[in-house]
This record gives sequence, C-alpha cells and structure tokens, in this order.
Amino acid sequence: MRETELSPASARFAASPYARFLGLRIELADETVTGVLPFAPHLIGNVVLPALHGGVVGAFLELTALAQLAQLAPGVSARTVDVTVDYLRSSRAVDSFARAEVLRLGRRVANVRAIAWQGDERRPVATLRGHFLLGRGTP
Amino acid sequence: MTDESPESPGSLMARGTPQSLALGVTIGEGDGGGSMRAPFRADLVGDPALGGLADGVVYTLLDQACGAAVGVAVKARAEMQGRELAMGAMATLDFRIDYVRPARAGADVTARAECLKIDGEVAFIRGAAFETDPDDPIAIVQAAFMISSALVGR
Repeated sequence: MRETELSPASARFAASPYARFLGLRIELADETVTGVLPFAPHLIGNVVLPALHGGVVGAFLELTALAQLAQLAPGVSARTVDVTVDYLRSSRAVDSFARAEVLRLGRRVANVRAIAWQGDERRPVATLRGHFLLGRGTP
Repeated sequence: MTDESPESPGSLMARGTPQSLALGVTIGEGDGGGSMRAPFRADLVGDPALGGLADGVVYTLLDQACGAAVGVAVKARAEMQGRELAMGAMATLDFRIDYVRPARAGADVTARAECLKIDGEVAFIRGAAFETDPDDPIAIVQAAFMISSALVGR
C-alpha cells in the first residue's frame, strides 16, 4: 500500500511493532477515529473470568487517543505525558472498541478523553483522561 | 516478609496471565513479588524511531506489578490474622500513570510496586518502572484496586 493511501490516524501506528502485537486496527469515519481491538487469547489478564488484561485496555485507550490526535493535527508529533484510566467493568474476551475526544488542542499540550466499550457503546468498560505533549515542526 | 513458597502471589500472577506470558514478563529479583521485568523485544517497541519498549508494555508491566503487590499485602495480612489465604478476585479500579520519559532503546524494563494501604475492599498502590536505577524512572504510577472481601478478611 502506498503511504498516501493511509489516513494520518492509521499512519500513526503503521510502523509500530507494539500496535501489531496487540492487533490494533484504526477505522475512520469522517474525521472520527474508532480504535478496534479484535479479541485474541494473548490479551487475557484473568483466565478465570475470563477478562482482558487491564494494561491492554489502558494501552488500547492511549493508542486510540494518539490516533485521534494524529488525525486532528497531522504532522504534529504527540507524546503521552500522563493518563488516568477508570475501569468500570471487566473487559470480556470479545472485540473491543474505543473512541477519543480531543477536548483542547493547545500549542504544546492536548487534553484528551477516551472511552472503550464492547457490545454496547452506552456501557463503557473503561474511560481515559490524558495529557499529550505536542511537537510541531520537529521530527 | 519471607517468601518461601514458589507459588507466591507474584509468581502466580506472572505465570497466570496469558498477556504477561506473551510479553515474556518474569519476576524481578529481591522482593516478595511486587517486582516484574519485561525483557526487551523488538516486536514490543512502540516507536521504531525511539527504539524502546512501548508505553503500553510499561503500563501493562506496572499494572501487573501493582496486582502482585496487592497479592503480597493480602497474603501478609492473612498471615498476621492467622488465617488461611482465601481465594478471591481483584480488579483495577483506577490507574494513573505518568510517563516521565521514553524507555531506552534496547533495554529491559523493571516495574516495582508497593501496596500502601488496604482499607475495606480497596487497596492503594504506587509503583515505578525503570531500566536499572529506581531513581531514574521511566514511569510512575498511582492506582487503586478493588479486592473481594474473602481476600481482605474481617
């Protein structure tokens, strides 16, 4: 695939080995990014329930937030400063979805919130609030 | 506390989760289980331009270490109360991570966590991830876990 065919959001993780390890997929409708994390057995953190690993859910939210930032501000690099994740219910062994909202895109910092859900978008499994450091014009 | 059992909560958690196995996580040295190590692997790099383990690996390692630290605290508490450690579940309620700097290229990452307090069914934990020097952290964490009353003991 030629690079010009990738959206900024998809291009953000096209070269990331870790995104591939998770199986992360980025979907785009208009300018809204949806992160898709297809279920895979290696994502499990609790074999009894079973449930996805909390770290996987947190990373998924963070990557979706970064993808939405890339889509909104192409050419601007973003590095995570901090994220706070609330776990609302356990994430079952099924596909997960996430969407992020950039609350403020400043010159140096972006404030973003994101939610992850599984079957029903109105029943989120986890939410994220985070700060991202922006770099303009530098690689 | 001494940790004579090979089935310490930490080793159970490290061995027990498919995700930590997939990451190649091992128990760190020198404490009762709240310490974990993720060996460097090229397929777990976040940004090839930086070359270090991904934020998500550091996050997951710290989450795992926090869970293990709660396991250690719960076990110590059961011993102090002179009762058998019951089976029970724990779940992350809230997890805040500060990424102080990116992980260094090609380096293993160690996470260490400590359970500060168990109050009712809530455990409060803090932790940090680093390569070799705990005073030069990659990330620091503050978290709260819910633990089932069977684990807490009354």
